[in-house]
Amino acid sequence: MARITMRQAITDALREEMQRDETVFIMGEEVGIWGGTYAVTRGFHDEFGGKRVRDTPISEMAIGGAAAGAAMNGLRPVAEFMTINFAMLALDAIVNHAAKLHYMFGAQMKVPVVYRAPGGGGRQLGATHSHTPDVIFAHFPSLKVVSPSTPYDAKGLLKSAIRSDDPILFIEHATLYQVRDEVPEDEDYTVPIGVADVKREGSDVTIVAYAQGLQVSLAAAEQLSKEGIEAEVIDLRTLRPLDMGPAIESFKKTFKAVVVEEGHRSYGVGAEVVARLQEEAFDYIDAPIKRVAQLEVPLPYSRELEQMALINPDRVIEAVKEIL
Amino acid sequence: MDKEMLLDWYRQMVLIRRFEQRSSELYQQGKIGGFLHLYIGQEAVAVGAIAARQEGDHVITAYRDHGHALSVGSDTGRVMAELMGKATGVSKGKGGSMHLADVERRYWGGYAVVGGHLPLATGIALAEQYKGTDNAVLCFFGDGATNIGYFHESLNLSGVWDLPVVWICENNQYGMGTTIERASAVPRMVDKACAYGMEGKQVNGMDIIDVYEATREALQKIRDGQGPQFLEMLTYRYEGHSMGDPLRYRTKDEVEKWREDDPIGILERHLLQEDIADEVELEEIDSAVEQEVEEAVEFAEESPLPQPEALFEDIYVEA
Repeated sequence: MARITMRQAITDALREEMQRDETVFIMGEEVGIWGGTYAVTRGFHDEFGGKRVRDTPISEMAIGGAAAGAAMNGLRPVAEFMTINFAMLALDAIVNHAAKLHYMFGAQMKVPVVYRAPGGGGRQLGATHSHTPDVIFAHFPSLKVVSPSTPYDAKGLLKSAIRSDDPILFIEHATLYQVRDEVPEDEDYTVPIGVADVKREGSDVTIVAYAQGLQVSLAAAEQLSKEGIEAEVIDLRTLRPLDMGPAIESFKKTFKAVVVEEGHRSYGVGAEVVARLQEEAFDYIDAPIKRVAQLEVPLPYSRELEQMALINPDRVIEAVKEIL
Repeated sequence: MDKEMLLDWYRQMVLIRRFEQRSSELYQQGKIGGFLHLYIGQEAVAVGAIAARQEGDHVITAYRDHGHALSVGSDTGRVMAELMGKATGVSKGKGGSMHLADVERRYWGGYAVVGGHLPLATGIALAEQYKGTDNAVLCFFGDGATNIGYFHESLNLSGVWDLPVVWICENNQYGMGTTIERASAVPRMVDKACAYGMEGKQVNGMDIIDVYEATREALQKIRDGQGPQFLEMLTYRYEGHSMGDPLRYRTKDEVEKWREDDPIGILERHLLQEDIADEVELEEIDSAVEQEVEEAVEFAEESPLPQPEALFEDIYVEA
């Protein structure tokens, strides 16, 4: 085991898959000579050449659509959007094309494309550069939406995504690139898409989260533990298809739950998880199920204001205490 | 140009026209749902351009796609079955009139979001270049698509990466009911090509021989290493944008004027005047087509509807 950052884990997954399969290539803005604006593909242009590491113009609609087209015709593109905010320009290419074609044309074509997109707030980038719009993409059947919270999962899930024959949006919360954790060395492992995971065991309350929300929840759980409250923390890892199994199982044990996400509260992941808990475990509800999410404002630039709007461990602790 | 080929073009154009006329009737009888966009008047473009492709070349188009499906050789009965939403349809009844595809014939389908398939064409071409083949993509789209972002981003990317695409603008003079003059800052679609470093050519899209020659030349230039090409096919749709179009935006005289240059009529005159074929031969083709279309309708009507299980099939490749 080596302790590496999530950035390194993603880089390693990309490199290993490119070495493994000639049809895998990378395209996106500044992914080549620059090395990626988050330095995920640094050195790749020299290592693999311009054919497999392709700088594109600033053309999100074309990036989204051309990656899908290349996938239709036998390649495995990993298309990077500089940020998920810009991927919204390609919403039509992603959800209306890449994700629809297999079904709409009666399974005549596959679209094995991976769209990578860093996202999230907390870096003082202002309202247009700080979205966590994951649920917009997760709304549509036939697209898969993955968002890891740890280096181990990031590497294993990205490898699964690249090998998958389905179109996948792989969302990387930019503040998680620095998270460091253990990842096996010299082992070609994968993590299955569409399978949630118990990241911390506990018996007093269930916290359901993913991505940045998962790290915030783990920090909150550590604090709560010092006060004698043991939280079970569930990592959804994939938003679609959503695996509710571990969350429901945990809830049937704790009877209380808090859902944590960085996106806005309205119509969010929390809304979906709460709805499913009450549908599938109504008799186990012992207290209102709480949602901790981004406040309903466009994210402001000022650090103090921005932090007020975002989730943090204190808000999770507060929500837990309200229902215990 | 050999006789067999010319007669086959004639057969294909008559097939498309007859197919579209029957589709129109079936739509009015409520047997076809959704939107229906007829290709009548534009037949020479799909047939002539697709005739110029080599075996590995790809075809992709917008939602007025019946003609392209028949030109690539899709089964007439299965195309009609798709229009009727039957399980035997080319897209298993899940696509409908606007979403016909036949990937075995390298026909990637009709696309109903204006411009949405242009970057797909770019990517399909990228895959051919990546694999080192000399195959190209024929990407058809309407004049209306030239004003959307997809058009500019896709043509630019194909220029930057030198991708093997023939961009074929089927200029039928209207984007729905809006004339080119009211929608585009330049009236000639071909003038947009230079912004992407491409050669462009205006072609009489009513004359199938011109369409064929221009497309063949464009494909040759691509295979000679001259990069993506742009063709503007000047054409006209006789019917409305889709069924139920009130046609308030044009006059009957205008339609009649274009009908004088009917693509089937032009080829027919050529065949007869040059003594390539006689009227008997053409009538035989007409009757064979008539029968083929009737058999297609029969096949489609008798085909089963999709089973309820199909609703949840093929959402993902890996469930």
